[in-house]
Amino acid sequence: MSNQSVTQTPEQASPSREEPALLPPVDVIEDATGITLYADLPGVPKDRLNVRVEGETLLIDADLVLTVPQDMQASHAEVQRTHYRRAFTLSRELDPDKVSAELSQGVLRLRIPKAEHAQPRRITVQVA
Amino acid sequence: MYRSLFPRDLFAEVDRLQRELQQSFDTVSPSIRGFARGYPALNVGSTPKSVEVYAFAPGIDPARIEINLERGVLTIEGERARTLPADDGKATAHINERFEGRFRRVLSLPDDIDPAAVNASYRDGVLHVSVQRRESAQPRRIEVQ
Repeated sequence: MSNQSVTQTPEQASPSREEPALLPPVDVIEDATGITLYADLPGVPKDRLNVRVEGETLLIDADLVLTVPQDMQASHAEVQRTHYRRAFTLSRELDPDKVSAELSQGVLRLRIPKAEHAQPRRITVQVA
Repeated sequence: MYRSLFPRDLFAEVDRLQRELQQSFDTVSPSIRGFARGYPALNVGSTPKSVEVYAFAPGIDPARIEINLERGVLTIEGERARTLPADDGKATAHINERFEGRFRRVLSLPDDIDPAAVNASYRDGVLHVSVQRRESAQPRRIEVQ
């Protein structure tokens, strides 16, 4: 991963957290030069987001941080977990070393470019 | 006689069944449990002094969220812009799960809230609306003279 905006925190680095997590909704868009992925991660500050590539798997792990008054009693909760997790399998033509990520207002935008050899090329026809 | 047809702890059984069903849903597809009730998802809580509403509305310009409080009914309205590309054949959307378009959620607040003391803030895609309760409605200790 070659991006500073994605920070790892030690407690998230362990991949063994298998308790049920929120599955963030995503949009995945492919164009000629790569794939753009948007994920909704409301309540996730930059330092609690962990995006990494392990082999062919792209993993998104994030913690929902909500500041609530100490004496608050929940009366209705549609979001009941505090962890987001989702994984995707990358195909071979994507370049896992060039993934860039930005997080803004709870939306993660990932750009995964296609590898050099998979980029579209225009072949010039030689006139003999 | 009618009663003997029912085992004594029928209601406890039904309750247990319901809970187990819910739990199995939770592990299979938490997203459905978490987001199926509309956009944005809402969490509501209360303290002795205030009512706290959290709306999970990522990717929205805070200036374009409209919050209205009228006769104890709180309305959160807005619009979420489209991120998918125009259908021009140059890009393909493989997965399209995120909400787009106009949204509106309405909830009624307790009777003792103070409509003049509402605070709203937006951070990391979560809209937090805090409504104070009226001073007179807060619990008071009464001194015995």
